[in-house]
Amino acid sequence: MNTVSTPEVSTWGAFLATLRRDLLVAFKRRNDLLNPIMFFLIVVTLFPLGVSPDPAELTRIAAGVVWVSALLASMLSLDNLYRADYEDGSLEQLLLSPQPLFFLVLAKNIAHWLISGLPVVVLSPLLAYMLYLPTEAYWTLVLTLLIGTPVLSLFGSIGVALTVGLGSRGLILAVIVLPLTMPVLIIGAKAVTDVMFGLPVGSHFALLGAMLAVALSIAPLASAAALRISVS
Amino acid sequence: MTPDHTPISSTTDATPAADSLLQVHSLFCERDERILFSGLSFSVSAGQLIQVLGSNGSGKTTLLRIICGLNDSYEGDILWCGIPVREQREAFLASLLYIGHRVGVNRILTPRENLRWSASLHTPVDDHRIDAALARVGLKAYEDIPCRNLSAGQNQRVSLARLLISPARLWILDEPFTTLDVYGVRELELLLGEHIAEGGSALVTTHHRLNVPCAVERLNLDGVEQPL
Repeated sequence: MNTVSTPEVSTWGAFLATLRRDLLVAFKRRNDLLNPIMFFLIVVTLFPLGVSPDPAELTRIAAGVVWVSALLASMLSLDNLYRADYEDGSLEQLLLSPQPLFFLVLAKNIAHWLISGLPVVVLSPLLAYMLYLPTEAYWTLVLTLLIGTPVLSLFGSIGVALTVGLGSRGLILAVIVLPLTMPVLIIGAKAVTDVMFGLPVGSHFALLGAMLAVALSIAPLASAAALRISVS
Repeated sequence: MTPDHTPISSTTDATPAADSLLQVHSLFCERDERILFSGLSFSVSAGQLIQVLGSNGSGKTTLLRIICGLNDSYEGDILWCGIPVREQREAFLASLLYIGHRVGVNRILTPRENLRWSASLHTPVDDHRIDAALARVGLKAYEDIPCRNLSAGQNQRVSLARLLISPARLWILDEPFTTLDVYGVRELELLLGEHIAEGGSALVTTHHRLNVPCAVERLNLDGVEQPL
């Protein structure tokens, strides 16, 4: 131990270990796992009851309802992303890892998406059926959610990272995160509606894809910087 | 063996030894319009144990967090092996092990799962070494129990097991003795002694009188010598 040697480190190993750890924590806390999905299902099922059970009416709002519920479900579960780690000191350990924080934060965001986003994507055809969405729009809905929900997790992470140190966050999180995620909601819902009218949707997918690319490359950097500020 | 306590002043500008690992030069930190320390200089060389003393609120934790890089609101220089820490953050972090007030143990996971993750952030180790480390800190047969079912002292021991599986040369421990029982205190003192004997260094805040088989240098943030 007398020589100045940097211990062998593996970024990929740390990335996988962080991803595995967050998934393990989620599976051990069933509530965290079920809450976003249950919330998503409940909100969507309330619309036929509250608005109108008329198929024509529901068809018109189906895309918007599913997308808004997906956004809210993602936001509801965001708080778990760094909260517990901040309180028990694990976040400090994460920041003191010699591995690039970008990849560690990305691992946590991917875990969040697998827990809160992926179930929404998988369940969306069922809810689309319930809301009388035309069958030709099913794939568009699933695909827009598949590209859009990771963006919600990645941008949401910035907001949580900024607010994790605050005692009472209240609406601050929503105020930070909603403007960032609004374009995703607009384009995602618009793509589904356009397909129903037989309009081309290539440009919508291009925009969503561009947003995902930007979010993947920039959001973890912003989250990492925000975490450093929150911890100090 | 009687510990040899050599008080070092926190205000004198000590000339850094050539073999010093960590050097802190004229550190200044202000919090809530109160100066915590100013012109604080000291160095830590291989095989040196420094006990940071000071009354409550004197900035012990702040000092340790500044050195780790968790707190950025300071002026002055911190050098690792002669190069500013800011310029070689990865190399510094690879040689550093920090255990703070919040011990960094997830309550849902078991001690083994916690250690597996902490190790993978630095240097991955196999499960045999994790189990051996847990046994050494007195947590044999607790490996698979969720940490929320363990006591505060046991959670502290989980974090101390990290010392055994980490190759870090510099240990920075913030009040590591608080929740430990007498056996835990003895064990940690032994660990510190072994680490120093192997050429490692440590910065420890505690009001506990360290009973270790090596020299303990004292850094007093109050500037006044306190009876121990």
